[in-house]
Amino acid sequence: MRGIRKAFPGVLALDGVDFDVDEGEVHVLLGENGAGKSTLMKILSGAHRRDGGTIQVNQREIDISSPRAAREAGIAIIYQELTLVPQLAADENIHLGREPTRGPGIVDRAGMRSRTRALLDMLGATFDVATPVGQLSIAEQQLVEIAKALSLDARILVMDEPTSALTERETHALFTVIRRLTAKGVAIVYISHRMDEIFEIGDRVTVLRDGRHIATLDVRSADRRELVRLMADREVDEQVPKSMVPRGTELLRVQGLSRRGVLHDISLSIHAGEIVGVAGLLGAGRTEIARAIFGLDRSDAGELYVRGRRRRIRSPRDAIRARIGFVTEDRKGQGLVLGRSVRDNIALPVLPLLQRFGYVRRRAEHALTDRLVRELRIHTPSAEQLAINLSGGNQQKIVLAKWIACNSDILILDEPTRGIDVGAKQEIYALLGALAARGVGILLISSELPEIVGLSDRVLVVRGGRIAGEFARADATQERVLACAVGA
Amino acid sequence: MSATEIRAPAPAAGSRLWPRLLHHGRELGTFAGLIGLSIALWIATPHFLTASNLVNVVEQSTIIGIIAVGMTFVILTGGIDLSVGSLVALSGIAFGSAVQAHAPLAVAILVGLCAGLACGVVNGLLIAFGRLPPFIATLGMMSVARGLALIISDGRPISGFSPAFRGMATGDLLGVPAPVILMVLLYAAAHFILTRTVLGRYTYAIGGNEEATALSGVNVSAYKIVVYAIAGLLSAVTALLLAARLDSAQPIAGINYELDAIAAVVIGGASLLGGSGSVVGTLIGALIMSVLRNGLNLLGVSSYVQQIAIGAVIIVAVLVDMALRRRAPFPRGTSA
Repeated sequence: MRGIRKAFPGVLALDGVDFDVDEGEVHVLLGENGAGKSTLMKILSGAHRRDGGTIQVNQREIDISSPRAAREAGIAIIYQELTLVPQLAADENIHLGREPTRGPGIVDRAGMRSRTRALLDMLGATFDVATPVGQLSIAEQQLVEIAKALSLDARILVMDEPTSALTERETHALFTVIRRLTAKGVAIVYISHRMDEIFEIGDRVTVLRDGRHIATLDVRSADRRELVRLMADREVDEQVPKSMVPRGTELLRVQGLSRRGVLHDISLSIHAGEIVGVAGLLGAGRTEIARAIFGLDRSDAGELYVRGRRRRIRSPRDAIRARIGFVTEDRKGQGLVLGRSVRDNIALPVLPLLQRFGYVRRRAEHALTDRLVRELRIHTPSAEQLAINLSGGNQQKIVLAKWIACNSDILILDEPTRGIDVGAKQEIYALLGALAARGVGILLISSELPEIVGLSDRVLVVRGGRIAGEFARADATQERVLACAVGA
Repeated sequence: MSATEIRAPAPAAGSRLWPRLLHHGRELGTFAGLIGLSIALWIATPHFLTASNLVNVVEQSTIIGIIAVGMTFVILTGGIDLSVGSLVALSGIAFGSAVQAHAPLAVAILVGLCAGLACGVVNGLLIAFGRLPPFIATLGMMSVARGLALIISDGRPISGFSPAFRGMATGDLLGVPAPVILMVLLYAAAHFILTRTVLGRYTYAIGGNEEATALSGVNVSAYKIVVYAIAGLLSAVTALLLAARLDSAQPIAGINYELDAIAAVVIGGASLLGGSGSVVGTLIGALIMSVLRNGLNLLGVSSYVQQIAIGAVIIVAVLVDMALRRRAPFPRGTSA
């Protein structure tokens, strides 16, 4: 792949990236969340179209315009989220859409089984091909995906964080499979954050950052610290304002919060006027902390103190009563009722305060919502505009307005600037600063390190469901935070 | 240039009128359909546009019209209620049995209403706490309620109600039949609830995005129960109206009413996915069905062919609605 370029509305996701992988090689693709790894691989697999650049397979230039074209070129991708039909057996999944037949419409089940058996034997898998894959472990399902790719004669196999859901033993078994495949000449593109794995399985490693190719190194000659530096080395965006607010009283304290297999002994506190950043890789448990605090997931252990008092929070309603607000990662799916107006959305959590005998006091409602539209500078022709017609940045402001309307003074923000253009990001940053100045305590979860480092008074790093480190503002550099997040 | 100067002051008036009209675009479209249908029938037959026939048309629409109010609430939340027809039968039989047991009229009416309400609450409980899909829960209730109605009545109709009760269907006020007055009052109340009250806001919000609504601290389960209870209660109101009109409560009453009510709501522009629609649209939808039946009767079209015509109207109405929606400035989510 040469000079691959891809732009999405508001962001240049890939800017002239070069990448190549040889027969029988494991080439690791490394980069922070949002560095462009997934976009690059989606282009290779035909899920996205490139805006520029060329792709060659076996020295022949090809145009990968669809997943089918990628398949014909011998490229297969195994996503983190597996794409099998859980009710169907391994052999049925592998042959889905191209079942071998005996006569018109009659599936040759025996043929499917024996071919599948042969493939799985080659991968060293012993489970029964007739078992519905939903009953197999994640590792076994992954082998089914790999077998499916091989049955399609894939010569290039892209694996997107394949070990993220595997145990250590399963990981080693997977590595054995990968070595068998490379011995047969299959080229593997391996996407991972985990330093240990890179050194164990990789031959070469390419680092991406902000959609640009930074370096390609031989794994034997690379060292951990250098890789972390290459991933993180970036100017802190000077535009990110640092809020300087005196720290007030403690608003929220979490002690020993645990949820089996997800969160382990999480303790943290947020004070008035403070922005506490939460960094960590995808799947490290950042969102899960937020969900547990907000009463969305039940926790097995742990205590919550709100303004010094112990509170039990079992549902979002409890959390809202404790004046906690949660701006979710999924703005459209969880934050907004897209088909309703800006006004209805802002008023939704505060209607109990705006009603008398169930009747909505329109004057109070209009006064409140108009004020928030003005104060947050939500750009909309009127408050009656449907939320779906607004830009991402303005939609995010509506979600923030909901919680400001509720007088929430503890705000949990999960990726508040995802998918928002640069200008709107600045406005959101300024807004967070202003809220902190008014005494709101903020827990800021973000994958964007400059954002975390630039805005936070303290930074917590989550790894494997635990708090792996805490940095005061003076010590929180991108490099340190990232090194802690990847466990280097 | 002069044109812009002339137009300049206009927005003051336009800014009020146009958004309001556009806001009700869907209802206006359905209303235009009703008017168009009426004009066609007026041309086709002289008997259509007479005062007595028009009163008749509206009176005919009250049975489905009232059930459709409850159905609108349910569909706005993204649900469906298949049990309303059976609840008409069960509520009517409950009322009739109470009358047979020599209960005072007021008590008998209360018994009938409570039967519908209780079944609606059970629907809501099954959906909110049993996590059953509304289709399944109410499909089950449809069968259970029908069976109960047959058992209680031993499969026989209950007849012979007091003239006072029958007045509910046969009386009139200044020439307007009592059922029509009742229907108008119910629609006015429902419109007020949906547009001005917390319950209404939550009804739309749950249908628009249930998860976001729950995350905003709304007790979604409780409001779902309320909505199915309303549907059950209005089925019971319809049952009483029907019993008064026929002077008989029948265990086989209300068959297929659920489908007619859903049709009225859908013709009225509501989305079965929830979150959009209005009772104004539903009222027009119920009137369209009634006008169509009446007109086809006047034209001497057989009832078999009428079925085909009504089915075609439902399909065409939704096709037109979907085409308009695609063209409207309502972009699908922009990918990030």
